[in-house]
Amino acid sequence: MDAIVVNDLRKRYGEVQALDGVSFAVREGEVFGLLGPNGAGKSTTVRTLVTLTAPDSGSASVAGHDVAREQAAVRRLIGYVPQDSGVDELGTGRENLTLQGHVQGMGGRELRARTNELLELVGITDAANRIVKTYSGGMRRRLDIALGLVHRPRVLFLDEPTTGLDPEARVVMWAEVSRLARTESLTILLTTHYLEEADQLADRLAIVSQGKVVVEGTPAELKAGLRGDAVHVELENGAVADAARVLSGVGAAPEQVLDGRTIVSRVPNGGRALPGIISALEGAGIAVLSVSLSRPSLDDVYLHFTGRDFGTEDRAA
Amino acid sequence: MKTISDTWFMIMRQARNLMREPIWIALLLIQPMVWLILYGQLFKNVTKLGGFGTASYITFLAPAIVVMNAFFGATWSGMSMIYDLDHKIVERFLATPSSRLAIVLSQIVRSALTAAIQAIIILLVALALGVRVHTGAAGWAVIILAAILVNSAFAGLSQAIALVTRREATMIAVANFIGLPLLFLSTTMIARPQMPDWMQTAAKFNPVDWGVKAAREVVLPGTSWGSVGMYLMLLLALTAVTSACATWTFRVYQRSL
Repeated sequence: MDAIVVNDLRKRYGEVQALDGVSFAVREGEVFGLLGPNGAGKSTTVRTLVTLTAPDSGSASVAGHDVAREQAAVRRLIGYVPQDSGVDELGTGRENLTLQGHVQGMGGRELRARTNELLELVGITDAANRIVKTYSGGMRRRLDIALGLVHRPRVLFLDEPTTGLDPEARVVMWAEVSRLARTESLTILLTTHYLEEADQLADRLAIVSQGKVVVEGTPAELKAGLRGDAVHVELENGAVADAARVLSGVGAAPEQVLDGRTIVSRVPNGGRALPGIISALEGAGIAVLSVSLSRPSLDDVYLHFTGRDFGTEDRAA
Repeated sequence: MKTISDTWFMIMRQARNLMREPIWIALLLIQPMVWLILYGQLFKNVTKLGGFGTASYITFLAPAIVVMNAFFGATWSGMSMIYDLDHKIVERFLATPSSRLAIVLSQIVRSALTAAIQAIIILLVALALGVRVHTGAAGWAVIILAAILVNSAFAGLSQAIALVTRREATMIAVANFIGLPLLFLSTTMIARPQMPDWMQTAAKFNPVDWGVKAAREVVLPGTSWGSVGMYLMLLLALTAVTSACATWTFRVYQRSL
């Protein structure tokens, strides 16, 4: 059975169509990534799945329960780690965990044991009795995750788990999430705008752009689907049309043009094609600023399916 | 059941946080003391105008200061809801099976409990200053109950405003806007016969004045329990209305997510 099924979700906030027909499915026990720039609709999707937001149309189920009709059942079975933490900064880590357990209907010895277990699991036992205000960003994020796990949920939602963390803390967090997926036998849905993170963590992922899923698959499948290496040719004077003609002539027909000056082509074997490409451009008298070759990355997948460069779009968002 | 236990856990959280910043408790108490001690001394001869039912102005003033303090506290109670909304603490609860009603109720009950504790402290200070509650222990209970009800009634309103505006600046403006007018349009500081006619009429519809009258009635001789009961019932009814209003605005907030 699928742990999460999302079917044609739509949601509009005023002028903004946040979700424009999102559909995907997550299998039980997998780590599924929703990848896209800020504002693509990832968080809105998650907020719908955790029953915070009601969609305008479409349906979704989590752990076999409809998120609109069986909210109580869904809430018992999910853990939600929101983008903005939501911890009580004036309370200690332990107090936050205890309160979360109480509202989840736990108590007594069971809750105490679980609290200790989680503090240990996420590695903040030493800071358990300190006020959260004094925590580092990484510690606070680990507490967030522990809060989502108190009641042993079946499905865990991690909304941008590493945003705002320094690169070192991010790598640690990746290891933690992978470990959690195994030790707590969880299905995890995580959203991220880091391509690297999706590549590292997700068994499968969906790329979200402008409120829609544009493609879904394992990172390997998505990269393999591109068939070949990407050649980026950056032109000195933007003679894109001429350069495109030359490139097509040597079997490197342009796929996309970035910023009006960089042509992206895809060739079966980059190493072998590169000398031919360079000499053809040189022969035609086209001034080239740089040529680069890359094995397919999720960056390319993103570019290929959305027609937009991930980095630029994410910065713009 | 879940609503009661969740409300309890949420109140405990807020109480704990308040204890961590004891400066707030001190600040919350300084203001009523200023009214009681300084203002009470400054205007002590005002009773000579007549109609106060006692020659001791501080005896006249003390029960009203308890109610006024409860009222002022209530106008600020929405700030704590805005803090929880801003820090996404409310959203965290909403994604759990936690009772929705408890999220709103805990704010109102916490506010009312704070008012009750302050009421007791103010009454103890008044006692030290020589104020005697004519009806004894029952009178103390009525004053504390009046404080709780006035506070709950306005806390419900404050929560509703917090949930609609979700902005601290707006909350501050509203609190200032209703605070002093409702105070002056009441018999908190002056006997009714000394008020201009139109103010006497306005005071009749002022819930702060309902609380003041109930509290003062038990302090001064010649207590009419019937009117005490009537004012407390009026306040209870208002509390029900504003709490319902707060709950309804919470649903509006949820729908806006």
